[in-house]
Amino acid sequence: MSTVGTTAPQAVVASSEPSAAGTPWLLSAPALMLFVGVLVIPLAMTVMLSFHDWGQYKGIEPVFILKNWREIASDPYYAEMFWRTFRIALLATAITAVLGAPEAYILNRMSGRWKGFFMLLILGPLLISVVARTLGWALLFGGNNGLVNKLLISLGLINAPLPFMFTETGIVVALAHVMMPFMVLSVWVALQRVDPQIENAAMSLGAGAFTIIRRIILPQIMPGVLSGAIIVFSLSASAFATPAIIGGRRLKVAATLAYDEFLNTLNWPLGAAVAVLLLVALALIVVGSNALIERRYAEVFR
Amino acid sequence: MSFLELEHVAKQFGSQTVVDDFSLAVRKGEFISFLGPSGCGKTTTLQMIAGFLEPSRGAIRLEGHDLTAVHPARRGLGVVFQSYALFPHMTVAENVAFGLEMRRVPRSQRAERVAAALAMVGLAGYEARYPRRMSGGQQQRVALARALVIQPSVLLLDEPLSNLDAKLREEMQIELRQIQRTLGTTTILVTHDQNEAMSLSDRIVVMSQGRIEQIGTPQETYERPASAFVSQFLGKTNDFAATVDRTANPARLVAGSWQAPAPVAVAGPVTISLRPERISFADVGLAARIVSRIFQGNHWLFQCETECGPALVVRQNDGKPQPAEGEAVRLAWRLEDMSVRSSGGAA
Amino acid sequence: MRTNGPLALAFHTIFVVVMLAPIVVVCLVAFTPEGFLSLPTHGFSLRWFREIANYPEFVHAFWISLGLGMLSSFVALLFAVPVALAIARYQFRGREALMALFLSPLMIPHVVLGIAFLRFFTSIGMGGSFAALLVAHVIVVFPFALRLTLAATTGMDRSIEMAAVSLGAGGWTLFRRVTLPLILPGVISGWALAFIQSFDDLTMTVFLAAPGTETLPVRMFLYIQDNIDPLVTSVSASVIAITMTALILLDRFYGLDRVLAGKSDPGR
Repeated sequence: MSTVGTTAPQAVVASSEPSAAGTPWLLSAPALMLFVGVLVIPLAMTVMLSFHDWGQYKGIEPVFILKNWREIASDPYYAEMFWRTFRIALLATAITAVLGAPEAYILNRMSGRWKGFFMLLILGPLLISVVARTLGWALLFGGNNGLVNKLLISLGLINAPLPFMFTETGIVVALAHVMMPFMVLSVWVALQRVDPQIENAAMSLGAGAFTIIRRIILPQIMPGVLSGAIIVFSLSASAFATPAIIGGRRLKVAATLAYDEFLNTLNWPLGAAVAVLLLVALALIVVGSNALIERRYAEVFR
Repeated sequence: MSFLELEHVAKQFGSQTVVDDFSLAVRKGEFISFLGPSGCGKTTTLQMIAGFLEPSRGAIRLEGHDLTAVHPARRGLGVVFQSYALFPHMTVAENVAFGLEMRRVPRSQRAERVAAALAMVGLAGYEARYPRRMSGGQQQRVALARALVIQPSVLLLDEPLSNLDAKLREEMQIELRQIQRTLGTTTILVTHDQNEAMSLSDRIVVMSQGRIEQIGTPQETYERPASAFVSQFLGKTNDFAATVDRTANPARLVAGSWQAPAPVAVAGPVTISLRPERISFADVGLAARIVSRIFQGNHWLFQCETECGPALVVRQNDGKPQPAEGEAVRLAWRLEDMSVRSSGGAA
Repeated sequence: MRTNGPLALAFHTIFVVVMLAPIVVVCLVAFTPEGFLSLPTHGFSLRWFREIANYPEFVHAFWISLGLGMLSSFVALLFAVPVALAIARYQFRGREALMALFLSPLMIPHVVLGIAFLRFFTSIGMGGSFAALLVAHVIVVFPFALRLTLAATTGMDRSIEMAAVSLGAGGWTLFRRVTLPLILPGVISGWALAFIQSFDDLTMTVFLAAPGTETLPVRMFLYIQDNIDPLVTSVSASVIAITMTALILLDRFYGLDRVLAGKSDPGR
């Protein structure tokens, strides 16, 4: 929407204060100082912390050693814990993709008022306390005679109650629910770019409903599914509240383990190492898959 | 001394030159139009006068004072934008009063001047309305009142009528001209609409690709276009390739079977330019055939295929019989109605 | 546009029911008249809502959360509005990097942020203080405040400001009288979204809060760790009610899809 002038080149932001090269930096300076002071420095300190020594009685010793890293690398407990963390995240991501993408497609085909109403219902939970949502699942799972088990048995899907509380299954289900709005939203945004007439075009060429979805719609929303998957995966892998409440004290993932090291064991350097490793692993996975997606779907992204 | 002066003004964005060597002297009270297609640099020039853009080179002077050093807020120019740019969170009265408020005009005077400005644009009684609740034409009048109430030394209009429908635009043109005449405010209008430029302006600055093609009164630019661009941009025009026959004495200008004594200045292959309404059907002249004939109420439009390419002829509907489609005709014109340029350059 | 078939609608119905089930269950159990976790089959009771008053730590935590949310989102906006103006209006070297830095709290796991803030504030002697919580929350909600403010700033008709300038407004007057009122819907929505983020944050805050500065989610979490009883459901139901109210206001005021997708405001 050009109102500055149809004739002025669009790439140039016309500034009402000419010759003010420093202005943007001046405007950003307070926030920049805040971020450097209270985000960059603490993060650097945390990385440093992961190289410090710790002992039950001597506390934190500011030295530079690889003890914590060596412990994580050698003790299979950590390998198992990280593997569990990523397994849970991957399963939760798969569930949101398989269920969320069709739902976004269905939502997008609804008429205006219903679409708005259901968007509110589905996206709204995103803003509701994770603790409250996870508590809901804890109530639904609730031991052997929880609602979920009652329903599954009455539907004849299972014979004996399944354990959900304090299991990976329970964490995966609850996490998938917590993260679902991100996937629906991401696919929905991708669907907005699909020409509504394109399905009619495909139909006029003789394509059936299934073919249209598989050949026409799916390829176009795939970037949305994948970027949604990246969001869901990284949030799931670093989730805290849901694994802590559903998983209980024994079933640890990276976030809950780091919490334990910090607030129960008080071995801060080891906790810091776990957290830094999580951050680095996630960063690599996110950056890597982003690059992969962009290369694969360069033409769809335009 | 001229009132507003632009001297060799140029504007570059990066390596791209948007306005180049723009010089113009505007007299006090004059109505000037910057006319050209989109991208010709007319809005950029206007924004440099308003102070929203800084010229890369050149000087802009108002009553002899350098304007480029003055902050846009202190230039005292009235600007009407294409989008009207009304303050959506203020009422009509608050919109119009804003400039007065900035000038610390006492409240009592403010109300009076706002009422007078609104009355002038025919919006008395609309003070408490919000812009959102008004039609495009009304919003446009508010924008005009807001710019005029500060008694600007120059009024700058950036395509102010382009968002109105054709009928309303014509009404506003007449009204704008009247208000401008009454107040005597020096005005610069940016437009891509040649009819608007011609009906409103004292002088037109025709621009193309950042350069001035011609400066002149509406009549001058129409009757004696300085370049092929101007003649094509200002209304329809016919171009015929012609040659100058120097072997005859006196030398003759020849286009197909039409010929006339050659003007002294030209030689070699030339282009004859003339307006469709200046061509008449005659017994001798350029041989042509009527391809199509369109009735347009007060005039007829003929598309012809001539010896020298296609041509457009407009004839007044004076009630006399007109040639039919497919009929062979001869085209002729008065020598003073054509302009002759050597091919590939200006006359 | 083609319509959904019966199969699609069945899927949709189950989907929505499952999405809402945990939230609905929490709200229903909160109204139980019994002394244990159960669905209110024999009439509704406000017993457990009244019970909240007997737990001053919940009430205190609520006020902490409310104050922290309102204050941190306000402070975040004080920092974010100038940044939004800079990024929306100027092309300058380092613009992308600046943007990446300011949005980075979205990318960094909250556990890591919590640990980093805990380490930082403890080492400067501010551990467990409300001030530390405030600064940490400002950082965490900043991206949300910035995104919506930026959308409003980018979508704004610049010629309105030019008009104000041509009429003699400049500097602070221009900002206060024209720019701010025009981007206000975006700024308020940014505030609301930032508030919700702060109000709901558990993962980062759980590292920073000490007894006395515990927020409601932290208090709830610590309580659930020990036992789950109807009290925590009535607290959750209250939290859900507050968030829902904010959400509906946000939707009415600005459009929820626009808030969540962070899409730009198409010039109002």
